[in-house]
Amino acid sequence: MNWLYDFSYLTGGIHNSLSEHFEPSTVTLIEMILAGVAFMILFAILGLVLVYAERKVSAFFQQRLGPMRVGKWGTAQTLADVIKLLMKEPLMNKNADSFLFNLAPYIIMIAAFMAMAALPFAKGLHALDFDIGILYVSAVSSLGVIGILLAGWSSDNKYSLIGAMRSGAQIISYELSVGLSLLTIVVLTGSLQFSTIIESQANGWWIFKGHISAVIAFIIFLIASTAETNRGPFDLAEAESELTAGFHTEYSGLKFAFFFLAEFANMFIVSAIGATVFLGGWMPFHIGGWVGFNNIMDYIPPIFWFFGKVSFIIFLMMWFRWTFPRLRIDQLLTLEWKYLLPVNLMNILIMAFLALMGWHF
Amino acid sequence: MKSIIKYFKDIFSGLRSLVKGMAVTGHYFTHPKEIITQQYPENRDTLKMFERFRGEVVLLHDENNEHKCTGCSACEVACPNGTIEIIPKRIEVDGRKVKAIDQFVYHLQMCTMCGLCIPACPTDAIVMANTFEHAVFDRSKLTKILNKPGSKIMDGIK
Amino acid sequence: MEEVTQELESKEYFINMGPQHPSTHGVLRLVLSLDGEIIKKVEPHLGYIHRSIEKMCEHDSYQQIVHLTDRMDYLSCHINNEAVCLAVEQALQLEVPDRVKVIRTIIDELTRLSSHQLWWGVMGMDLGAITTFLYGFRDREIITDIFEETCGARLTMNYNIPGGLFFDIHPNFQKRTKDFITYFRKKLPEYDTLLTNNVIFMQRMKGIGKLSKEDAISYGVTGPTGRASGFSCDVRKQHPYMAYDKVNFKEVLGTEGDCLARYKCRIAEMWESMSIIEQLIDNIPEGPVKVPTKAVIKLPKGEWYQKVETARGEFGVYIISEGQRSPYRLKFRSPGFSNLSALDHMARGCKIADLVAIMSTLDLVIPDIDR
Repeated sequence: MNWLYDFSYLTGGIHNSLSEHFEPSTVTLIEMILAGVAFMILFAILGLVLVYAERKVSAFFQQRLGPMRVGKWGTAQTLADVIKLLMKEPLMNKNADSFLFNLAPYIIMIAAFMAMAALPFAKGLHALDFDIGILYVSAVSSLGVIGILLAGWSSDNKYSLIGAMRSGAQIISYELSVGLSLLTIVVLTGSLQFSTIIESQANGWWIFKGHISAVIAFIIFLIASTAETNRGPFDLAEAESELTAGFHTEYSGLKFAFFFLAEFANMFIVSAIGATVFLGGWMPFHIGGWVGFNNIMDYIPPIFWFFGKVSFIIFLMMWFRWTFPRLRIDQLLTLEWKYLLPVNLMNILIMAFLALMGWHF
Repeated sequence: MKSIIKYFKDIFSGLRSLVKGMAVTGHYFTHPKEIITQQYPENRDTLKMFERFRGEVVLLHDENNEHKCTGCSACEVACPNGTIEIIPKRIEVDGRKVKAIDQFVYHLQMCTMCGLCIPACPTDAIVMANTFEHAVFDRSKLTKILNKPGSKIMDGIK
Repeated sequence: MEEVTQELESKEYFINMGPQHPSTHGVLRLVLSLDGEIIKKVEPHLGYIHRSIEKMCEHDSYQQIVHLTDRMDYLSCHINNEAVCLAVEQALQLEVPDRVKVIRTIIDELTRLSSHQLWWGVMGMDLGAITTFLYGFRDREIITDIFEETCGARLTMNYNIPGGLFFDIHPNFQKRTKDFITYFRKKLPEYDTLLTNNVIFMQRMKGIGKLSKEDAISYGVTGPTGRASGFSCDVRKQHPYMAYDKVNFKEVLGTEGDCLARYKCRIAEMWESMSIIEQLIDNIPEGPVKVPTKAVIKLPKGEWYQKVETARGEFGVYIISEGQRSPYRLKFRSPGFSNLSALDHMARGCKIADLVAIMSTLDLVIPDIDR
C-alpha cells in the first residue's frame, strides 16, 4: 500500500520496467501516451461524477431529490445523458462558419486538458512539474475563452454573439483577479512551482498561516474563479433567462456535450488550483509541532486529501450558483475593477509587508 | 475618508447579505427531511386524491348494471365545449314509447373539467371521478362511451 | 480618417425575443432594437395564444362563460370568475348571501397569495437564482392543495357560479388555511433573506425600469405595478366588492416606481393578504352558499361593467345584453395588456438583463394579454 502514500513508487516502477525493455526515447513516448490516456479517463470520470454531483447538490438545495430513476439513487443518470447526447443529431445553422463552428468545442477541451496536465494530484502523481506552474495553468486555462468567442461568432446567432462578447469581457477582467490572488500566496512561497508551494505547506496550510491576507485572497480567488469558469452567479455568457443558452445556443449533440464537459473540467481545474495554493494540495492537515496529530493525519492518503479539498471548493461554487441571482454585465465589471482589483492590490501589499517582516507562521 | 469607509462598509454589508442567503439554502441542504418531492409512479398505492377532485365524468352503474340516465340531454346543454354527446333511442315501457340513451358519448379530449354537467343532471346520474391518469397512445381512445354495454335505466327514474 | 469613423459606427440590430424564450413566460414575442446590449426599442407582438375567448362568450350561457375566464389569467382564476359572476349578479340584481361574500374574499386572497408566490419564484429564476423558483412553488403547493380540496381543481377551479358558489367549503378548509397562514408567516421572511436583502438582487433591481405616476396613469397600468409608482388604483379599496369593505387592510403604495418598488409592493401585498384572510377565516357566517337562479339565465337588455382587483391589476368585465341567454358582446379588460404596453417606455436605454427584470416585475401572464 506504499504507492497510495507516494505515487513515485508506482510511477517509478512503471518507468523502470519500461526501461528494461525499450530505448529511453521509446520509454518517454510510451509514458506520454500512458499519461494522456490517464488524463482522458480522469476527464471522463470527472464529467460523470461532477454532473451527477451538481444535480444532486442542486436538488438538495432546492428541497428536491434529484435524479432517482436510473440506477440506485440515480447514479447512472449521467451515463444515460451521455448516451442521449451521443445519439443526438449534430445541427448547424445554414449560414454558420462551419470550420470555426466545429473547431470551437475542441479548443475549449484542449485548453482544459492542457491546464490539467500541470496539476499535482498526489505525492508523486504529477505529470508536468514546471517551475512556472501557476503562471502556466492560469495562462492556459484562459485560452478557453477563444473557444467561447469562436463558438459565439461562428454560430450565426445574435444571442450566441452577445454571450460570447460578454464572456470575453468577463474572462479578460477576472483573469487579473485570479492571477493577483494567487500572487498573494506566491509572495509567501517565493516560487511559482506547484511542488514547492505544496512542500511549503507541510506545517500548515497557507490559508491558516497567511493571516487575514490569505483569507481575503482566498475569497477573491473563489469569486474570480467562479467568474472565470462562467458559472452562476456569473454565468452571463450562458444566461439562460436572457440569452436562452448564450454561446452554445446552436450546439447540439456531442459538441454541446464538449462545452458541458469543459465547464465542469474548468471548475475542477480552478478548484484544484485553489486547493493547491491555499489549502495545501495533497498535503494532509498539519499543525506545526503536534507530532501525534500530524501522524494521524498522515494515515489518510494524499490523494484523498487532494480530492477532498477540491470537492470542498467545488461544493462552495455550487452553493454560490444555487443561491445567488445573476449579475448584470456592467455590474460584473464594476465588481472586478472597482472592488476586487483594488482590494487585491492592497492585499498583496499587506502580504508583501508581512512576508518581508517574517510575521507569517 | 468618508467615502473609503463607505467603500468598505459596502463590501462587508454585501458579503454579509450573501452569506445570509447562503445560510437559507444551506439550511435546506442540511435538512434532507424537509424534501417535498413525491415520487409519483412509485407512490401510487398511497396517493389519495381529494374527494372533490374533478378528473373525468363517469356514469354511475349499480351492481345490476343499471344507471340513472334518462337521456334528457341536460348535461349536453350545460357543457360549454360539446364534450358530452347523448345519442338517444326510443324504448317501450309499459306500452309507451320513452326516450332513453343509446350511447352516452364523452369526449375526454375536449373536457375542461369545469363540472357544470354535474349539477345540471336532474337524476344525479353522472359524477366526477377522481382518476387523473388519462394519457393514452391513440386519440380515439379518449372518446368514451360511458354507458356500459347491456346496461339499462333504473326502475322509477324519469 | 473620415472613412474609419464611418465604419466603426455601430448599427442597431434586431433580436426576436420569443415567441419561444425562457423569460417571456409563454408565447410573447418582443422585437428588440439593440445597440450592443442597450435597448433602443421594444415592440411586443401578440396573438400567439389568441383563443378568441371574447367571441366564444357570445355563444355561451352565463354559467359557461365563467369557466372560460379561468383560462385567461390562470394565476388569478378565481378572481376572474368572480368578476363575471358579479357582473351577472349586478344585472340580475341578486344579493348573494354573506357566507358567499366572505368565502369568495378568502379564496380571492389565497389566489392572490399563490399568484405572488409563483411570481416571486419565477422572478428569482429570471434573475438567475433558480432555487427561488422551487421555494416559491413549495409554498404555493399548499394553497393549491387547499383549492383542490374545496374547489375540486388546483388551477382552473371554476368555483363561482352566478348567484353563489358551486358547493360549500370543505370541512377542512378553515383549519388548512389557518395552518398555511402560520406556516407562511414563518417562510415569508426567508424570501427576504434570499432575495430582497441580497446585494446582487438590490443592484439588479434598484432604479431599473422607472415608471412615473403620470406615466402609470396614462398607460393605464394598474395593480401592484401601478401602485409601486404611487398610483392609488386598488379596486378593493376604491370600489369595494364582496367582503372587502368589512376588513382592514392597507393599500400598499410605493413611490419610486422602479423594479425594486414593484417587488416590495408585491411582498407587502402578501403580508396584507395574509392579514385579510386571518380577519375573515374565523368569521365565516352561516347560511346558504348560493341564491337559486334559473337554469337558463337571461340578462335584461342593458350594459354592465364590473371590475375587480386581480393579482395583476384591475380586471374588468363589460357585458352588453340583448336579453338573450348569451351576451351580445362581452369585453374583458385585462390588466396584463395595459401593463405590457408600458414595457417599451420602461425598457428604453436599459440592458437586456434589465429587460428581463422589468418583465418579471410586470408579472405578465400571456394568456391574460392575448385572451
